[in-house]
Amino acid sequence: MQIRVQSEPFDAGTELNSFAQTRTDVGAVVSFTGVVRDTDGNLREMLIEHYPGMTQSAITKIAQEATDRWALADCLVIHRHGPLKPGAPIMMVATAAAHRAAAFEAADFLMDYLKSRAPFWKKEITDDGADWVAAKDADEDALGRW
Amino acid sequence: MNVMYFAWVRERIGVPQEKVETEAATVNDLIAELTAREDRYAAAFADTSALRVALDQELSDFDAPLTGVQEVAFFPPMTGG
Repeated sequence: MQIRVQSEPFDAGTELNSFAQTRTDVGAVVSFTGVVRDTDGNLREMLIEHYPGMTQSAITKIAQEATDRWALADCLVIHRHGPLKPGAPIMMVATAAAHRAAAFEAADFLMDYLKSRAPFWKKEITDDGADWVAAKDADEDALGRW
Repeated sequence: MNVMYFAWVRERIGVPQEKVETEAATVNDLIAELTAREDRYAAAFADTSALRVALDQELSDFDAPLTGVQEVAFFPPMTGG
């Protein structure tokens, strides 16, 4: 299990290629990359704040639960903080399991929990001003699936 | 204890963290104490349904006791991912 909280960019392709390479009992690798989206064409940057004392432990707890529940061979979470430009990668998860159902489900679970239970907050700086991104009820409701 | 604020809660209160001397028994009691101090706290804590709290870096509840707690953090619902 690898958890990385960083301000530096990462290369999702490079990360994926080196993920779970030491295991030969893996039949399925699933990955998700979250990217800064400029919905209205006026986004200058997205500022991601986090709670340094809590972030690593909160993500580790979520990743450990996914690993136990889906018997993952490996699990990777990278999440960035700081100012990010449109199109930049924000975060990435990868899961490795014997079969694809477990790898897909575990990645989905990780994303649902990282969205609502990892201590990050997004602020959009646009041409028109700056606003904190509000959490969506649908994101909280999604946790009920698990 | 150390009290920390994140995102718009930090912006409304004006500091990222501060030492607070308090005898508050629960998180709700601490909020009542801070709210009575100054308008900026009242503005931040006006609607606790829009807030979350962590005690010693673990998500918790507003009626949770503060016994032995060293760090309290207030923030809006998280928007990771």
